[in-house]
Amino acid sequence: MENEKTAFRPILSGIFGMIAAGAAIVGLLLSGVGYFLDARQFLFSWLTALVYWTTIGLGALFFVMLHHLVGARWSTVLRRMAENLMWGLPVLAVFFLPILFHMPQAYSWSNPEVMAGDHLLTGKSGYLNVPFFTLRLAAYFLVWFVLVSLLNTYSNQQDTNSSASLTKRMRVVSAAGMVLFAVTLSFAAFDWLMSLDAHWYSTIYGVYVFAGSFLALLALMVLIVLQLRSRGILKNVITSEHDHDLGKLLFAFTIFWGYMAFSQYLLIWYGNIPEETVWFLHRWNGTWKTASLVLIFGQFVVPFFVLFPQAVKRMPAVMKAIGLWILLMHWVDIYWLVMPSLHHEVHLSWMDVTTLVGIGGVFLWFFQRGMRSRPLVPINDPTLAGSIRSLS
Amino acid sequence: MIKLPAGNVLGLLARFDSPAALVAAAEKVRDAGYKKFDCHSPFPIHSMDAAMGLKRSPLGWIVGLAAVVGASSGLGLQWFASTVDYPLVISGKPFFSFQAYVPVTFGVGVLLAATTALVGMLALNGLPRPFHPVFYAEQFSKASDDGFFVSIEADDPLFDEERTTQFLISIGGGNVEALCRD
Repeated sequence: MENEKTAFRPILSGIFGMIAAGAAIVGLLLSGVGYFLDARQFLFSWLTALVYWTTIGLGALFFVMLHHLVGARWSTVLRRMAENLMWGLPVLAVFFLPILFHMPQAYSWSNPEVMAGDHLLTGKSGYLNVPFFTLRLAAYFLVWFVLVSLLNTYSNQQDTNSSASLTKRMRVVSAAGMVLFAVTLSFAAFDWLMSLDAHWYSTIYGVYVFAGSFLALLALMVLIVLQLRSRGILKNVITSEHDHDLGKLLFAFTIFWGYMAFSQYLLIWYGNIPEETVWFLHRWNGTWKTASLVLIFGQFVVPFFVLFPQAVKRMPAVMKAIGLWILLMHWVDIYWLVMPSLHHEVHLSWMDVTTLVGIGGVFLWFFQRGMRSRPLVPINDPTLAGSIRSLS
Repeated sequence: MIKLPAGNVLGLLARFDSPAALVAAAEKVRDAGYKKFDCHSPFPIHSMDAAMGLKRSPLGWIVGLAAVVGASSGLGLQWFASTVDYPLVISGKPFFSFQAYVPVTFGVGVLLAATTALVGMLALNGLPRPFHPVFYAEQFSKASDDGFFVSIEADDPLFDEERTTQFLISIGGGNVEALCRD
C-alpha cells in the first residue's frame, strides 16, 4: 500500500516551476514596458491573454464539477490534474486591475461622452456602468474562488480520510456550482468580451465562449497526460484507455464549438439586421476575413477530420500535435473576439506574446505547485481502482 | 421445414458464475479455436469483444457512407429546389445560400445515418431471431437474470459432443447441458 502511494506522488523536478516563474517575471515585466509604450495595445493584448487563461481555468472547474455531478469513474485519475489547473483561476482576478484602471480606453461605453451621445448605449447604462461592471467582476471571481477552494479542500481531505461523506459533499458543491458556473461564465463573457462592441448583442455568446474554454482545457489535459507519460509518470495509471476517452471528448467539443459558432452566425445572417450583422462584418473585412477563415478551418474543420478516426485517439504523437494546435486556435478565437475592437486590420503585436507568456506563467506556476504538493491522483477516492482499470 | 430427430444435439451450454468468469471463459474458448460460439449475460460486459475475438464491425463504414449520401442528397435537394426548379428570392439573399441549407443538410445526413445504423445493426447481428438452440435449455432463462453462459454450436468444425463437454467443464463451466430438440 505504501508503495502504491509513493507511485502516485513521484518526485517532480522543480524545473517546470522555475520555467513558469521565469516566464511570468519576464513576460509581465516586458508587458509592463509595453504599457508605457502603447497603453491601448497593451490593454487589448492583456485582455486577450487574461481571458485566454481564465477560460482554461474555467474549463478545469467545469471538468471537476461535471466529474462529481455524474459520478464519473473513468476520469478519477484525471481529476487531480484538473483540480490543479483550477488553482490559478482565482488568482487571475488580480490581473483585471490594469483593465479596471483604464476602463475608457478598453470599453468605449465607459466614456461618459460616448454614452451621452448614444441613444442605444444610454438605454443600456443601467447595466453598462463602471461600478456595476466592477461589482460583477468581483462577484464572478468570488464565486469561482469559493468553488475552487471548496472542491480542492475536500479533495485534499479525502487523501487522508476515506469517508464517503466527502464524495457526497463535493457532489453537493458541484450541483450548486454548476448553476453558478453557467451564470457567471455567460455574464463574464458578456461583460469582458461582448461589451467591447456595446451596441452588439448575441444571447448564445456565453455558450460559445464556454465551448471554446472546455475545448482548450481538454487539449491542455491531453498534453499534460502525454508529457507525464513520456517521463514514465503515472504510465500504468493513466492509460491509453483514458487517452481514448479524452480524445472522444476533444472530438465532441470540437463539434460542439462548431455548432455554437455556426448557430450564432446563422441566426444573425438570416435576420440580416444591421445592428447584429455589423459584428460579423468587422470580422469579414480585409485581413480579418483571413483570421475568420483560419478560425473556421483551424478550430473546427482540421481538428474534426484529424480526430475522426478511432485509432488516432490512441496515437500520442498525433494527439500531442492536435492538442497544441487546439490551444493555439483557442488563442486565435479569443484574439478574434477581442482585437477587431482595436484594429481594423489584423495587427499582431509583441505584447500579444509577452502578456500571454506572463499571465500563463503565473497560471501554470500555481498548477505545478498543486502537482508537487499533493499526490497526482485522489488516492482515497473510492472509484480510483475502477478508474485505473476502466476501459474506453 | 426439415424435422430433426429428437435427441439430435444442436450445441452445448455451460454456465459461469460471474461476468469476470465469463470473460475468462470466452478467452479460453476463443484460444481453443472455436468460431461458432456465443456468450450470454444479462447486461453488456465491457471487454467481451476482445475476449471473444470479435473483429470490429463494418457498421461504422456503412453508417459513414449513409451519412455522406444523406447529407449530399439533402444539400442537392435544396440546391435543385431553390436554383433550378423554383428559384425564389428570399430576403434578398442569393438563390444558393448555403448557410441556410446547413441545418437541413445536417438533419438529412443524421436521419439517414441513424436509420442505417439501426437497420444495418439488425441485419449484421441477425436480429430479431425467433429461434436459437439455446432456447431448448430451461436454465437459459437465467441469462436475463443472473446467469452467465457460453454456448457452442454443433456446426462448429471443432465440435465434438464429448470432447467439447469435457473442454467446457475444464474451463470452469457448470451445468453443462446438451441442447437437444425435444
